[in-house]
Amino acid sequence: MKINITHVAKLANLTLSKEEQEKFESQLSSVLDYVNKLKEIDTKNVEPTSQVTGLENVTREDEVKPSLSQEEALSNTKSKHTGLFKVKAILEE
Amino acid sequence: MNLNQLTINEAREGLQKRKFSSLELTKACLNQIKKLEPKINAFVTVCENEALEQAKKADNLINNLTIEQFNNFPLLGIPIALKDLFSTNGIKTTAGSKVLVDYIPPYDATVVKKLKDAGTIIIGKTNLDAWAHGSSGENSDFGSTKNPWNTEYVPGGSSSGSAAALSANMCIASTGTDTGGSIRLPASFCNIVGLKPTYGRVSRYGIIAMSSSMDSIGHFTKTVEDSAILLNVTAGQDKFDATTSNRQARDYTSLLKRSIKGLKVGVPKYLKYEKQELRTVGPYEKAMQLIKSLGAEIVPIDLPHEKYAIATYYIIQPSEVSSNLARYDGIRYGNNRSTFGDEAKRRIMLGTYTLSAGYYDAYYKKAMQVRTLIRQDFERAFKNVNVIITLVSPTLPWKLGEKISDPLKMYLSDIFTVTANLAGIPGLSVPAGFVDGLPVGIQILGPQFSEGLLFQIGHSYENATKEEAWRNLKPKL
Repeated sequence: MKINITHVAKLANLTLSKEEQEKFESQLSSVLDYVNKLKEIDTKNVEPTSQVTGLENVTREDEVKPSLSQEEALSNTKSKHTGLFKVKAILEE
Repeated sequence: MNLNQLTINEAREGLQKRKFSSLELTKACLNQIKKLEPKINAFVTVCENEALEQAKKADNLINNLTIEQFNNFPLLGIPIALKDLFSTNGIKTTAGSKVLVDYIPPYDATVVKKLKDAGTIIIGKTNLDAWAHGSSGENSDFGSTKNPWNTEYVPGGSSSGSAAALSANMCIASTGTDTGGSIRLPASFCNIVGLKPTYGRVSRYGIIAMSSSMDSIGHFTKTVEDSAILLNVTAGQDKFDATTSNRQARDYTSLLKRSIKGLKVGVPKYLKYEKQELRTVGPYEKAMQLIKSLGAEIVPIDLPHEKYAIATYYIIQPSEVSSNLARYDGIRYGNNRSTFGDEAKRRIMLGTYTLSAGYYDAYYKKAMQVRTLIRQDFERAFKNVNVIITLVSPTLPWKLGEKISDPLKMYLSDIFTVTANLAGIPGLSVPAGFVDGLPVGIQILGPQFSEGLLFQIGHSYENATKEEAWRNLKPKL
């Protein structure tokens, strides 16, 4: 099983060096070969399990409760401006 | 006996009777850390000043409390180490990764808050495979933790530092997370007790997420009784984690003394597995004979889809990892994505691939369907038996570096543990002896929310092996 490593890295927002691309391509291909053994199993009409709690629609009232202050929320950023997170422009004029 | 060697139960009794102070107990742990940390590398952060200050406060409280009031603080003055995946207000929390090398959370995880409310002294934050990705501790960005029983060997992972710190008596108990075996495996490799609770029994809020449908929050202790004492504090519904159960948590210490006579213990029919050499099978068979002699009935059971568990796990888990680690963009906190280590990059890409257009049905959906079959295997088995007992690991601890360049080989170390996470059931790892000077553990698996029963069997077994020579071995450090 071959994996298109440059495409996957782009989707995952990771930048890889040439050596990393080669190393990960062979390592991930061998993992995919291994997991492909699931194809042996007949899963027709088997419901998928996405969670194991059996809980459904757990909701709460939408009430204002104490939470992080603006200062606390910004306490770990390296890039802020007048009390806001500062990010690079994503839209151009 | 040095104070740092005490169990929670012993330390608590000593504190209550004023045989020693929390300050003395905390200093004994800190001294052990100072002495052994250069050899073991169990900690990312040691909270010496905070711990000493907390210990003084605990002593003040102890001196002013009645016995009834003292009982409201089940862990008062007890030094505990936290896996560095647990958010701690004002204390650096790295997840073992350079991405979070200087991240200081502005809040406590629910479990951390509960431990603090119970009177715990937080002695430090322990080393781990970065983001809890690994079975050996070697994926930490801050260096490998060493196994106290032989420092050339791995302590097991991903909760490597918590297991090593406890087995080297650097703390009285420690916390961990188990998504595919990350508590049970290191407990087994380090000769201590490790609990992976039922999914949803303990809140995940504030624990850095790995695979959200399987992450279970548990702990390491020196005895089964201590494990029950700790679960009494951490278990329960949390309004900040919608997957926690509204079932009332019981007093987990209440079943400890009950006999296991007449209980049915399932033993899976397989034992030769994937060409793995099972050098660990001797202690396992001896343990099963002993459990039989205590009056339990041994029943062979079949888990037909167990052989697909690792493949299922290595689709579902990386898929969830790729989603959970997508938030690390270096904008709000932490460093940018170029600082991820190799294993995180591998899992992010594997998960991105299995979730990507054209592959979703073949991988992710297929794995979720096989997960159903694995759950049904257990449901069927638990109609005939109360619990299932297996080995924790197919191999002994391996030498540092032995599996690091072959990720698939590393992944297969979790072959006996991942099923519990896929099925959401609890597992208790207890020491079962040694082979060639290295520890071997067995795990007791039960239906969802059967932690009390697991403690009952674990405690019985622990009691019955009390006089055996291997139980009194200490790491030579």
